[in-house]
Amino acid sequence: MSSDIILYEKKSLPSKVTIIGGILLVLGVVLSVLSFGADNLRAYYNLIVTLTMLYSVGLGALFLVALEYVTSADWSVPFRRITEIVAGLIFIIPLVSIPLLLNLDTIFVWLNPELLHTDSYVAGKAPYLNTNFFIIRTLLVFAIMFGFYYVLAGRSFKQDKTKDPSVNKLTSRLSAFFIPIFAISITLVSMDWVMSLEPKWFSTIFGVYYFAGSVLAALSTVTFISIVLYQNGYLSKYIKEDHFYNLGALMFAFVVFWAYIAFSQFMLIWYANIPDETAWYMHRAGSWYYISIGLIFVKFAIPFLILVTRYAKSNLLVLKIVSVWIFLAHYYDLYWMIMPDYTIKTASNSPVYSWFELSTPLIVVGFVIVVFMLIAKNKNLMPVGDPKFKKGLEFHL
Amino acid sequence: MENRILHSVTGLFHSADEITQAAKEVNKAGYKKFDIHTPYPVHGLEKAMKLKRSTLGYIAFILSAIGAISAILLMWWTMSVSYPLNISGKPFFSLPAFVPIMFELAVLTASVVGVVLMLTIFFRFPNHSHPLHDTEYMKAVSSDKYGMVIESDDPQFDIDKAKSFLSSIGATDIGEVYWDNNELTAKKTIFDKKFIFGLVGLAIIVSGGTYWLLNKAMFKEPFNWMMYQQKLSAQSPTTFFKDGFSMREPVEGTVARGYMPYPYPADSAVLAEKYLVNPLEPTVANLNAGKAKFNTFCSPCHDYHGTGQSRLNGQFPNPPSLQSDRVRNWKDGHIFHIITMGQNTMPSYAKTVNETERWQIVLYVRALERAMNAKLEDLK
Repeated sequence: MSSDIILYEKKSLPSKVTIIGGILLVLGVVLSVLSFGADNLRAYYNLIVTLTMLYSVGLGALFLVALEYVTSADWSVPFRRITEIVAGLIFIIPLVSIPLLLNLDTIFVWLNPELLHTDSYVAGKAPYLNTNFFIIRTLLVFAIMFGFYYVLAGRSFKQDKTKDPSVNKLTSRLSAFFIPIFAISITLVSMDWVMSLEPKWFSTIFGVYYFAGSVLAALSTVTFISIVLYQNGYLSKYIKEDHFYNLGALMFAFVVFWAYIAFSQFMLIWYANIPDETAWYMHRAGSWYYISIGLIFVKFAIPFLILVTRYAKSNLLVLKIVSVWIFLAHYYDLYWMIMPDYTIKTASNSPVYSWFELSTPLIVVGFVIVVFMLIAKNKNLMPVGDPKFKKGLEFHL
Repeated sequence: MENRILHSVTGLFHSADEITQAAKEVNKAGYKKFDIHTPYPVHGLEKAMKLKRSTLGYIAFILSAIGAISAILLMWWTMSVSYPLNISGKPFFSLPAFVPIMFELAVLTASVVGVVLMLTIFFRFPNHSHPLHDTEYMKAVSSDKYGMVIESDDPQFDIDKAKSFLSSIGATDIGEVYWDNNELTAKKTIFDKKFIFGLVGLAIIVSGGTYWLLNKAMFKEPFNWMMYQQKLSAQSPTTFFKDGFSMREPVEGTVARGYMPYPYPADSAVLAEKYLVNPLEPTVANLNAGKAKFNTFCSPCHDYHGTGQSRLNGQFPNPPSLQSDRVRNWKDGHIFHIITMGQNTMPSYAKTVNETERWQIVLYVRALERAMNAKLEDLK
């Protein structure tokens, strides 16, 4: 490739897609608002699923950006801009969390004054689980997300024009700084929004479990968008199947990692057999049993067996299907983590799924499309100013 | 010199791009038996060499599946069929506990069997040499050069043409590699004396050394705080008490748990017969319990039916028959007294069968007596 060849040319994205995303989003929001009229508590629980899904995709994508800088990978440079734009989803998170933050006492039992009085177990956690500290932690995570997004993605956006290679040095260092902070913030998110729904239960590996699923969700989103954009000619034509092979391999690795973490959590609790710890899984046995078993197949066995072959990882159609599958599998996982607690509260403890729950995937997919289109409007879809851009395109297995 | 057999013609290149280009050229020229050596894995070389896609993945998959299946079969057999152990109340076949072992054995089988297969199939195991070993060429490609060899068994091989071809695609240091005659003629068998003795010796040294290290040199008695504590051992002398005995007499008036004093001396069966009444009803449960105790403790001498003609007949003085008119006319209390205190050669059974069990035996003896002397009206 000589330097006079144009590696990438910006084409404006069709506004049709924005409209489709907008329709999905409006539909989801309408369903959500209607569900608040029908069943308040259930609507809040679905909103938590939506929120944690948005955290997964947005924060997970920001992690992928940092991961690329830290490992100084070449192959993922062509996809980094897409990852950065997907990470822009974090700006939606405050919007979705406001209704939840205003109604913490209806959602979380650890704010129930009666329980605080009678249950010393819950009362003992009050120094951590209280409204003020909860909001402080949420704001802290927001500050971390926005601060690092501004530096990591913002510098990269500017680099398109300045072509300043010194930016990479700074962002690499900041990324190394970001990753441990990210580990803490995603643990806080998972503990606050998911684990504290059952305040008596705790698992020290829970943050890692949520992290593994989050990276899968972000990675599958990035993979799907990259393939669709590439197939419609919005990306550089020098991208090869080797690049997509690597995306598939990374997804495969995280599928196995998720299974490893999920099994570690389960086996330790199962083996120790302490009622405090097994309660969480017992709530997911009974009438939730087949949904719990299904998770093993949906999030591990099926994607594992598909992605294990070399053919699947370099075939764009298979990769597209698998990335949609994994994205939905993460939604399944969050539904499985969050909704059983709602069914305990209503004393039915049997799985529920109807139009109430449908609002979550509609809102999340709608936001992903709309936010992506809005941020991508005036930006290149590839980091043309990155000194490694050409090297990244030349990557081959 | 003339006797040596040519193995290949070698050439060196100086960068990864050069060797990738050379791989394409050598394919274009139609050579089939060639090989490339690089100091590190070069991306894209497989494609340039037009190598067939490796089947290693499938072999590893099959091997790991065999490992996982044999692990689960092993654990199923040992843990739930052959020697089921109750481990904290878990089911004998509990899959979550087996998964880590299945995983480990899958990985172990795939890697170890994979390496052994590689050694035997590709390196033809007893063989441990290759003409390219210990050549200047091999030294160069394992430090900073990229090498290509064209082997002499290629169908279109010609030494001069191969050499000029290599130089035409930019190779330097073109050389020839010959088979070593000694290596070719040497017999290589697995059952080589040196090899087998070496292997056995190594096994003995390693296992013996490990045994010695763990069981002798580093041995520490586990949990010795129970073994060596200040305590009295039954039936051994002690300096703790003045009389030197470890075992003490119980305090006067001590009564063992559940012990009921028996007021009648051994020779006063008449009194026992007069005052003792069987408190139990002849229910099926009582009779069955009495039967079990009778068969265990009484039948060796008295026989299963109380006739006295038992399996120990002749080895001991025969006891009187329980079916005699004399015994049948005794009241229950008399029989109870004899079981409790013994009679003639029969010892006391008070320590063997407790009071309730004794009454149950009495009930059973009564049932035996009635069965052996059944009357017509009993059938009704």
